[in-house]
Amino acid sequence: MFDFLEDYDLLGAFWVTVKLTVYAGIGSLVWGTVLAALRVSPVPVMRWFGTAYVNIVRNIPLTVIIVFSSLGLADVFGITLGAADDFEALGFRLSVLGLGAYTAAFVCEAVRSGINTVPVGQAEAARALGLNFRQVLGLVVLPQAFRSVIGPLTNVLIALTKNTTVAAAIGVGEAALLMKEMIENEAQLLLITAIFAFGFVVLTLPTGLILGWLSKRLAVKR
Amino acid sequence: MKVRKVTAAAAVALALSVTATACGGSDKDDNGSGGGKKITIGIKFDQPGVGLKTPDGYTGFDVDVATYVAKELGYSADDIEWKETPSADRETALQRGDVKFIAASYSINDERQKKVDFAGPYLLAHQDLLVRSDDKISKATDLNGKKLCSVTGSTSAQNVKKTIAPKAQLKQYGTYSECINGLSSGAVDALTTDDSILAGYAAQDQYKGKFKLAGLKLTNENYGIGIKKGDTKLKDKINKALEKMVKDKAWDKAVKDNFGPANYKNDPAPKIGDIVK
Repeated sequence: MFDFLEDYDLLGAFWVTVKLTVYAGIGSLVWGTVLAALRVSPVPVMRWFGTAYVNIVRNIPLTVIIVFSSLGLADVFGITLGAADDFEALGFRLSVLGLGAYTAAFVCEAVRSGINTVPVGQAEAARALGLNFRQVLGLVVLPQAFRSVIGPLTNVLIALTKNTTVAAAIGVGEAALLMKEMIENEAQLLLITAIFAFGFVVLTLPTGLILGWLSKRLAVKR
Repeated sequence: MKVRKVTAAAAVALALSVTATACGGSDKDDNGSGGGKKITIGIKFDQPGVGLKTPDGYTGFDVDVATYVAKELGYSADDIEWKETPSADRETALQRGDVKFIAASYSINDERQKKVDFAGPYLLAHQDLLVRSDDKISKATDLNGKKLCSVTGSTSAQNVKKTIAPKAQLKQYGTYSECINGLSSGAVDALTTDDSILAGYAAQDQYKGKFKLAGLKLTNENYGIGIKKGDTKLKDKINKALEKMVKDKAWDKAVKDNFGPANYKNDPAPKIGDIVK
């Protein structure tokens, strides 16, 4: 029943999924934190930009963002991210860009909710010590905020893992693309879908368990 | 409680459909539950020249063949209900009995023959390239280093990577329309899939004269009419209809009508059961 699996590089495809998740995850964490900082900053223009970015990007379907990154950015505007002659690398980089830009909106909101859990007195005390905005945020508020948002960020990360399947729309060789190829060749819809569903559970379940445990350990008790 | 009943009903329905696929070949009534004399046929909705849904109805070679076959089975064109069957859904649609038969650029291969039966073949297509009319690609080795475009996960895309041109750059999109956009803008050099589908695109009004078929005949694709496994009676009837269609020249007319404007050089009508490897 499973003998046809030998013809396919199942692990390789899931490895691409993992790489997409990790790179896009790191990218969105950095960019999302910057966005959160913008949204709580004292400068109105920055606040306005952060709010506009989050509200626009999170309301555009991910498929549209990913397909646009390939059809629009690469094909029409010629932005090739240093991989003009290697479509495989180009597709991968464009997907990381699209996934990161999209997920950052959700990371930003998670981090901002974490900032709201830090009592106002903490920031006031830090300012009273003479720290500037960057120091208040970086040394006092964000470290506490992150410890309380590991749970919500885990959800974002799991959603990101599953969202990587959208990259198949622009031909990135990850799990969903291999699934499509296998269904096309083997004509075994239910079995193949079940295998890939299982693969994603294997990827995301441990993430949820480990980070869930971590979030309990690290939460700031108030 | 109401919600639970609905879930239970859904579970039962699912279980029934699964068991129904396990013991196929017992359908006596062709008419479904509607009562009227209708036939449901699976086609593609998004392949110009082959199977295309337009505001005025359905066009394409597969549609013409299916209409002819349905007529021979005793259904007029008005009795036909067209149903979209994307590549991934074709086997399940037949097993569930959603469609009576499928004519949707459905290439006969061993894996599929384990799941469904095929009447025909009714057309011998080949994987080919669609290039800009001023481009020169005359043999498969010219492809190395070129930028190709195909549909994600399709057999054509896999063939390029595995056998035809492993050194070519392959871009994959969800539909051929996205590829053809890149072809006219220069982002890719060629679009690859079955020549019948390519001919359909090249024949579309907005692309007339812009693109041409390279005519490389990279693979053999034997288009068959998919039917439920074990339904030999229907298979024989469809085969007879196909033979008749070739004999009374309706086949030639359908080829000319749908692929003609693209300068498509078709193979002669294949003999029933004669699968070219």
